[in-house]
Amino acid sequence: MLDNFKIWYHQGKQYIPDVTTAQVPGIFRGRPVISEVKVDEEALCALCPTRAIQAHPVAIDLGRCTFCGECAFAFPKKIRFTTDYKMATNERERLMIREGQDEPITLNESLVRKEIRSVLGQSLKLRQVSAGGDNSCELELNAAGNVNFDMGRFGIEFTASPRHADGLVITGPVSRNMAEALDITYAATPDPKIIVLAGTDAISGGIFADSPALDRSFLDTHTVDLYLPGNPAHPLCIINGFLSLLGRTRPKTPKLPLTPLGNLPERAGEQLPERLQGRQV
Amino acid sequence: MMYVSVKNHQRIPFSDIPVTEYGAFRELILHELMANPDDHCVQYFGVPMDGGIRLIVCVARDSNSDIRISSCQASSENTYPSCAASKPALEKFEREITELYNIQFEGHPWNKPVRYPWNRAMQEQRMEQYPFYTIDSEELHEVGVGPVHAGIIEPGHFRFICNGEQILHMETQLGYQHRGIESLFLKPGSVLQKATLAENIAGDTAVGHTTCFAHLWESLCGFEPSAQLKYSRTLALELERIAIHTGGLSAMCADIGYQLGNSVFGRLRTPVINFFQQWCGNRVAKSLIRPFGTHFPFTPELGQTLSAMFDRYEPDFLEMCHELFKLPSALSRFEKTGVVSLEQAAEIGAVGVAARMSGLCRDIRASHPDDLYPELQHTPIVKHHGDVYSRTKVRKQEIEQSLAHIRQLLTRIPAPEDGLSASAPEVQAPGPYPHSGHAFLHQSPAPAPGMFVLSLVEGWRGEICHCAITDPQGALVCYKVKDPSFHNWLALALAVRNNEISDFPICNKSFDLSYCGHDL
Ligand code: SF4
Repeated sequence: MLDNFKIWYHQGKQYIPDVTTAQVPGIFRGRPVISEVKVDEEALCALCPTRAIQAHPVAIDLGRCTFCGECAFAFPKKIRFTTDYKMATNERERLMIREGQDEPITLNESLVRKEIRSVLGQSLKLRQVSAGGDNSCELELNAAGNVNFDMGRFGIEFTASPRHADGLVITGPVSRNMAEALDITYAATPDPKIIVLAGTDAISGGIFADSPALDRSFLDTHTVDLYLPGNPAHPLCIINGFLSLLGRTRPKTPKLPLTPLGNLPERAGEQLPERLQGRQV
Repeated sequence: MMYVSVKNHQRIPFSDIPVTEYGAFRELILHELMANPDDHCVQYFGVPMDGGIRLIVCVARDSNSDIRISSCQASSENTYPSCAASKPALEKFEREITELYNIQFEGHPWNKPVRYPWNRAMQEQRMEQYPFYTIDSEELHEVGVGPVHAGIIEPGHFRFICNGEQILHMETQLGYQHRGIESLFLKPGSVLQKATLAENIAGDTAVGHTTCFAHLWESLCGFEPSAQLKYSRTLALELERIAIHTGGLSAMCADIGYQLGNSVFGRLRTPVINFFQQWCGNRVAKSLIRPFGTHFPFTPELGQTLSAMFDRYEPDFLEMCHELFKLPSALSRFEKTGVVSLEQAAEIGAVGVAARMSGLCRDIRASHPDDLYPELQHTPIVKHHGDVYSRTKVRKQEIEQSLAHIRQLLTRIPAPEDGLSASAPEVQAPGPYPHSGHAFLHQSPAPAPGMFVLSLVEGWRGEICHCAITDPQGALVCYKVKDPSFHNWLALALAVRNNEISDFPICNKSFDLSYCGHDL
């Protein structure tokens, strides 16, 4: 038992206190910025592996981009990737980054269905469906719930059954062989329910877009409530995406009533709830 | 000679592969190519050719690092006596050939569909009509699980035949993740597109598959990678192993309800994958490995960051392992659960962790080494019980071993300039790539015509095999990918027999197999 406490103690504080302002380490490629410098636009479009770049004027579709960075290496004066991970939105069009544009990507508030915030605002339970996903977005969705990112603190969690879920998070380009299972899972989810696409493969098919092994008809007939771009989507992109969909862009991390060693914390100016006063927990 | 011997990713003219008739081909496979216990079939596939199907078999001999290749011409009009009937390790290869080309193997123990690919020969075969084994009994019952599972995990269907709580038999139906990757490789396109395909084969093995592709492609093009490239690939492979094994240990703890282990291993994976992000901008190392060069050479500064990270990782990792492996409640779930014997593992041709856990020493890093592995003198970690405990222990010890390899590598970081394409001439602004070093994909050499290459890499799961054939113009006519899971799914089916069905999750997680890598 003591060993357990020792391990616990050695971990220190692992969670990211504020997921809305956390900085990502290293050279993360997030939202790109495209300058107005003149370049050989045909060459630029041609080098992109997923044809995510359009010419005249230059624009990058984050729903197709694999964030490989090749365009920025080839044309460093034209394209630059920032570390801004808040790339989630609910309108496909907003994933299009245009020349000269350097503003945060936000949700189109008028497209957020009312019941999402009124019914699911404080507690969002999701069922994940991997439909040809390569297990990298799945890895990041799992990571979003680990002790570092701790999405559970906002009441956002994954359930074991669609019957207990408020929506689906789909990863992968939707393989033909998963199309029916996806339909059935969606039908098994009670209303109101949301659809979230995580990762480039899910949003556009990504590098698999032209494959005859896909069947994306589900996405043609259903409205998507949230796009989480990335290859894979970063946990901070995922969490912030959900928070903005739920209208909780300034979330408070609930204060922990316990310190790691089990004593009540003493914080200046902070009143303990009455039922806890004078008690050892 | 009825076969040709090559080394790992050595390119040979396709015409050098002898073509025989099936009878002799079968004799050759059974009595010569697979005669030794260390012989294992790394690839056996068909290619449409000369009005029929050319069957090509590639068997690795671990003792002398040879890969022996032979072929025969077959047609869907004939039926052929099955090799799998006496060498079960070939069972899935034959099923795949039947599924794609309608070539029938007589005497195959269970010639069922493998993955329902979009280009299967019999389009009328449907996912929902998979011919599961059933038992006509009033005492036994069947349990179907999947394709959608309870966790955030990929889809696959498991069908159990149970006697009460006890599993008598389990059958796995896969194919849900099929994305047609092998056919996409054949489409005309840039090297970057192919590299992107390779890194999306299995996103948890981006380094493994992309390295395997890079070796193959460079060999096809006659390109010799620089010291920096070899260095960063070796380092990345070992880092990927540490990252995914750590995450695997976390998930194992979750499956036995051990919250502390789940949290601690889970958070220990974070700095490792964050290091990938610091190195190349992506937490699963997508974009890091490219043929001919790298945009992200490994620098001494990165070396310091990595070294400092592991100095913090290691004590916490060891402390947690120490606790886990002496915890009676954990051991009682791990020990003697999901046993695969050495004979079974050898018979079905298990690879990677799924082989080494039962005493079968199979590790490409030792048997067909490449990059810096010859210098690291890698000795595989082998356990003997074949149970969940052995698999967990192999993964734990492989983390420690990879740490030692990385520490050794960190003492000799090559000059970063080395990694940027050596052969690329200076490119003048204002065209693309004003810094010459980054143009390596843009100005890469073309694949040689009429060639055959087979490339093997030991990913964290086990042996990855990519195989390519070019036509007289140098275009790809065949690109074949094999993830280690292709062999190992059968090991899981054997492991769960006679176990309680409640132990299935822990068995499944201990193998940690890939669905998308299998279904491609
Ligand atoms: S970073 Fe995105 S837009 Fe640029 S080349 Fe790669 S996929 Fe295309």
